[in-house]
Amino acid sequence: MTATDTHRAIEAVWRIESAKVIAGVARIVRDVGLAEELAQDALVAALEQWPKAGVPENPGAWLMQAAKHRAIDLLRRNKRIEQKHDEIGRELEEKQERAAEEIEDAAEDDVGDDLLRLIFTACHPVLSAEARVALTLRLLGGLTTDEIARAYLVPEATVAQRIVRAKRTLSEAKVPFEVPRGSELEARLASVLQVIYLIFNEGYSATAGDDWMRPGLCEDAVRLGRVLAELVPREPEVHGLVALMEIQASRAGARTGPGGEPVLLLEQNRVLWDRLLIRRGLAALERARDLIGVPGPYLLQAEIAACHARALTAEQTDWRRIVMLYSGLAQLMPSPVVELNRAVAVSMAYGPEAGLELVDALKDEPSLKSYHLLPSVRGDLLAKVGRVAEARAEFERAASLTRNARERTLLLGRAKKQTDQ
Amino acid sequence: MRFLVMVKGTKDSESGALPDPKIMAEMHKFNEELLKAGIMLAAEGLHPSSKGARVRFSGKQREVIDGPFAETKELVAGFWLWQVKSLEEAIEWVKRCPNPFKVDSEIEIRQVYEAADFAEVYPEMVEREELKRAELAARK
Repeated sequence: MTATDTHRAIEAVWRIESAKVIAGVARIVRDVGLAEELAQDALVAALEQWPKAGVPENPGAWLMQAAKHRAIDLLRRNKRIEQKHDEIGRELEEKQERAAEEIEDAAEDDVGDDLLRLIFTACHPVLSAEARVALTLRLLGGLTTDEIARAYLVPEATVAQRIVRAKRTLSEAKVPFEVPRGSELEARLASVLQVIYLIFNEGYSATAGDDWMRPGLCEDAVRLGRVLAELVPREPEVHGLVALMEIQASRAGARTGPGGEPVLLLEQNRVLWDRLLIRRGLAALERARDLIGVPGPYLLQAEIAACHARALTAEQTDWRRIVMLYSGLAQLMPSPVVELNRAVAVSMAYGPEAGLELVDALKDEPSLKSYHLLPSVRGDLLAKVGRVAEARAEFERAASLTRNARERTLLLGRAKKQTDQ
Repeated sequence: MRFLVMVKGTKDSESGALPDPKIMAEMHKFNEELLKAGIMLAAEGLHPSSKGARVRFSGKQREVIDGPFAETKELVAGFWLWQVKSLEEAIEWVKRCPNPFKVDSEIEIRQVYEAADFAEVYPEMVEREELKRAELAARK
């Protein structure tokens, strides 16, 4: 094996093992920032030793052990420092003695719970949404700062700072390394799901830049979702989110034309939809349904996605069912964006006039003021009822609002088409 | 990227006998790890080649050849479909797989083409697809 080969192998091992190692060490030191540093130290040791000695037979266990040794050393060192302090009594010392034993025992434990703690800590609400995303990709996705920066089109320094600050915030806020229980679990799980879906969406419809999609990020998000579904198999919304992401990801190959321009859902060539991902999505939906009484927002959105996935042609879409599902979603989490989507479904099920009526009601909605999809949808409906000049103006307005270059071109094209007719 | 990971056949797999329970249990554990890592898209085992067939193409001729087939190690006994970031990552995972048979065996890793690969090499193929779609739309 050449040195480069070994490095690539180490990189691959790191991608597979880093989250587990960080999680395992975090349980000992109770600080994800510190745990990551210790895990990184172990990685550095591997980079030094493996090219000479060869990659060990069980590289994951090697890394875990190296990182845990460092963690235990650190705790012992801290303990020695503490012993020098007068205020530390005998009792505390004994407690730490016990803690050291627990640590050794813990080293043998199943890693599943540690991973779950790591997810819940990285997605803690004391952090901003951006910080949660960056930290999750870093600690659980095994992405480097540089990779995260490239995916989000921000300078590497910004991401690095976000991560450093996030780790400091967690440490200062003394966020416990744990999976919350009871009602808090539900609230925190919502944050975890939100972070994963944010990552997916950034990959699926990039909010800025020249690319319409960043498939790497979608893959990371779906993988994180699948990991979570294995860790908390009894939570229907987790399966709902996985179903939603699998089905949406199934369309990736059909969402861009030959020039990289976006192709809208109803115009997509459904032959290009990935049937395997659709099957997986529908299976995840089944798992969620088996668990539940009242469906949550992710499950409802997955049901909507499934309606599209089941229709072999756009014409076969069950729009009435979609309207019903959107009505359920609007009750569960009323939002102008959901309302806009419901309007589209209504227009497909009951005609453009019915849809236009709902969209017009949203015209003065302040939160949608700079949301390009409102004029885009309105333009579409106006075109359908023959109000061509108004449609053109709406498409132009939508084009001026989007930050995505590919989407802008598409919208300007549609505006132009109105006059050509 | 996706990889097809193929467990190559052996005399064992060709005999059609069910695998050793110990190996089955180890394999089950490995599959759970793959699930927990979120990388496994599909996993299937194949019946022996005695229950299969091959169709040989020669110009316009089609010749059906019934199994079993010789060259055991060229056969596939089972496969996974994985979604990972690199060939190296797939290799690392395969190295963690228990030996699927009591005898020496082999696992082959092959990258799966994605639509995007074709778009780069054969843009005209994607374009033709577009044309077909336009035609269909016009006929409506």
